[in-house]
Amino acid sequence: MIDRRTLLGTAAATPLALAFLPGVAQAETPKDTMVMGMAIEDIVSVDPQESFEFSAGEMLGNVYDRLVLPDLADPTQIKPDLAASWSMSDDGLTMTFKMAPGRKFASGAPVTAEDAAFTFQRAVILDKSPAFIVNQFGFTAANVAQKIRAIDPETLAVTIAEKGSPSFLLYCLSAAVGMIVEKKTVMAHAAGSDMGNAWLKAGNSAGSGPYQLRSYKASESAALEANPNASNPAKLRRVLILHRAEPSTQLLGLQKGDLDIARNLTPDQLAMMGKDPAYALVTAPKSYINYLALNQNHPELAKLQVRQAFKWAIDYAGIAAAITPNTWEPHQSFLPKGFPGALTDLPFKKDVAKAKALLAEAGVPNGFEITIDHASVAPYSDWAQAIQANLAEIGIKATLLAGDRKQVITKTRARQHQIAMVSWGSDYMDPHSNAETFNINTDNSDAQKNRTLCWRSNWKDDDFTARAIEAQKEPDAKRRIALYERLQRDHQERSPFVLLAQQVEVAAMRKTTTGLELALLSDRSKYTAVAKA
Amino acid sequence: MGRARALFAALASIPITLFGLVLVTFVIGRVMPIDPVLAMVGDNAPASVRERARLELGLDKPLPEQFVIYLTRLAHGQLGSSVATGNPVTSDIARFFPATLELATVALVVALGVGIPLGVLAASRQGSWVDQVVRVISLSGSSVPVFVLALVALLVFYATLGWAPGPGRQDVFFQDTVPPRSGLLLLDAALAGDWDSLRDAARHIVLPALVLASLNMANVARMTRAFMLDALSSEYITTARAKGLSAARVLWRHAFGNILVRLITVVALAYAGLLEGAVLTETVFSWPGLGQYLTGSLLNADMNAVLGATLVVGITYVLLNMTADLLYKALDPRVT
Repeated sequence: MIDRRTLLGTAAATPLALAFLPGVAQAETPKDTMVMGMAIEDIVSVDPQESFEFSAGEMLGNVYDRLVLPDLADPTQIKPDLAASWSMSDDGLTMTFKMAPGRKFASGAPVTAEDAAFTFQRAVILDKSPAFIVNQFGFTAANVAQKIRAIDPETLAVTIAEKGSPSFLLYCLSAAVGMIVEKKTVMAHAAGSDMGNAWLKAGNSAGSGPYQLRSYKASESAALEANPNASNPAKLRRVLILHRAEPSTQLLGLQKGDLDIARNLTPDQLAMMGKDPAYALVTAPKSYINYLALNQNHPELAKLQVRQAFKWAIDYAGIAAAITPNTWEPHQSFLPKGFPGALTDLPFKKDVAKAKALLAEAGVPNGFEITIDHASVAPYSDWAQAIQANLAEIGIKATLLAGDRKQVITKTRARQHQIAMVSWGSDYMDPHSNAETFNINTDNSDAQKNRTLCWRSNWKDDDFTARAIEAQKEPDAKRRIALYERLQRDHQERSPFVLLAQQVEVAAMRKTTTGLELALLSDRSKYTAVAKA
Repeated sequence: MGRARALFAALASIPITLFGLVLVTFVIGRVMPIDPVLAMVGDNAPASVRERARLELGLDKPLPEQFVIYLTRLAHGQLGSSVATGNPVTSDIARFFPATLELATVALVVALGVGIPLGVLAASRQGSWVDQVVRVISLSGSSVPVFVLALVALLVFYATLGWAPGPGRQDVFFQDTVPPRSGLLLLDAALAGDWDSLRDAARHIVLPALVLASLNMANVARMTRAFMLDALSSEYITTARAKGLSAARVLWRHAFGNILVRLITVVALAYAGLLEGAVLTETVFSWPGLGQYLTGSLLNADMNAVLGATLVVGITYVLLNMTADLLYKALDPRVT
């Protein structure tokens, strides 16, 4: 008979003993599965009508399809997806979509106009964070059933409140919030009035994309499985996304073959991987830009020449090359590279003499003291130090105030900063997404509800506000782009925003893995073509 | 009567301690210069959504009223919902805590299994090279930060030597293969009779457990050595030796047997320390436990989750301390 002491001792020793038995761990990941290490703790929801985070957007972009999509090669063009064609009524108020034939959900059911109408109705009624993208066309929970409706299984009609730019409507409908869900499946799992929200958030899906979501464990993992009914079938059977918060952990996993792809390596690690023939790097610019916001309630910063002096004082190229050679590139306009109408030239470069002359013109030839709030993590803290040194060369003594990223944002939302280094990611792929926040401020008082980036920096310029609204509503697509180009040029000269850089996403892959497509917006990155040798 | 009064006093101090813990954590969460609404809906959400989130979080009410509401919900077992996972914090804790408990328990076994014999050995050979080696081991265990040790351990035993599997609790081949019952993967795999999964889970837990155990192993060794030196200098040990008992019997039966009661406090504190100390180890090893949950929640300013996780750690700490106190009093007749 076994005594208590032996039992306890055996139980305690079991894990250690088992650990040294012949291994069952594999050196390589399964051939039919893509295993990716990624930081996914930002995910709040995997319901497409609620999700508003980068990681979730990417995952869902591989699970759901949309009516239309901007062409990433030529972003001024819109491509059909679940909708084969569309037309605007003569009064400019109703857009009619004809659904593409033969498209199916993972359940095998055909994708109909009724599903599309339900999707947008669901977005408006649930009214989660991304709902404003469709709500800005005048939809409310009370009217959306009439305004967005299926005329027949192949025809969807969307009626907006006032005449505007058709391309603006199409770009907004192509946002992640417009990922089409299967009405029957979602409503079969509805609880109360949640329209299936809890069921989808629990790691289920009802889409027509190349994959279907099989499981999602917050801050742990997500598993996708190929959708057998997809119109563009995935090459691999499974995708496994493992939460790996530490870049070093991702690097080791990639080197040991436990990961096929690592998504959050540091610039140094990426440089090392780039030189190693066993790995390949996949890169794509992201719609994420970093800038300095100069609060206009500061008497010196409110002077145009001082704002311009800041723009000529900074060594954009040097900072990018020295601190973030692989992950950020200089960018100086409010529309990120890859957006329709984005300016990609770099008019500003470090010119100390010119910056000093501008300060003298502004009446502050000897500079002044200022504070810069910035996130305390790399690369922002390194950038802040470099900018501090650049400003010192023109006589501006900047004191750095490091804090948590959310703390810095909270401070700018309360307009308590002097200068803040912050980042902005676009919500959807229309120029208005950024043009609105970087230009429009209709009321600079504390009563203002729409706290755009302009409001947060006390910048109210009625000319920029009017021109941004005019560009948003311009019905002619080419003229609209031209309006945005002129707006960006003037914005570069006069705004209190010093645009610094645009993020470049880099994924490191083992050479045996190919086909990962990264895109400007996370929800357009694709796993469909990923294959393993 | 005296013991009953002591027990009552110990029990009565628990709610007061926990109230203090909740109060401090709640106030820190509310006065920190980060808008909780940011964590919930992000920076880009429109004003209407932000306002609704503010109302849902009860941020429109005065701070004391918010605290009373939180306490009332707490009394009903509700910790609110996590912003990051969207789940009730109670169900998140139920999912994450077993992983930490399992890791800390294995680490405790290692810490005690290695630390106690080392301490006894060092005391029995005081001043010898063995004692010096144990002292160096104890010192290094106490002074190397756990995250540095974790990264070095991964680099050496996983990346270079290939002796240990990579981060995570399971290999990708075993993901979702064991039906969760207790949440303790080793136990669940054994109950399911899935021996491959059990072996895989055991392989994955060894390295993080060794790293996590290092600090406490050093403390246990040091304390055991000190207790043993104290015991070995006692008169009853001289008597035992004079009676001609073997050295091993004197050491283990007479000296070690008498320090066991004092070790209870060390063990309780070590266990509580392991549960807390898992925060960094879990982050480096991508171990889906309460430590990683707490770290992620802190970074996301997800205050309901931070409060809930802190409370669980606090309760565990208080309960372990109380258990140690009671055991001490029960086993040592000199303590009243």
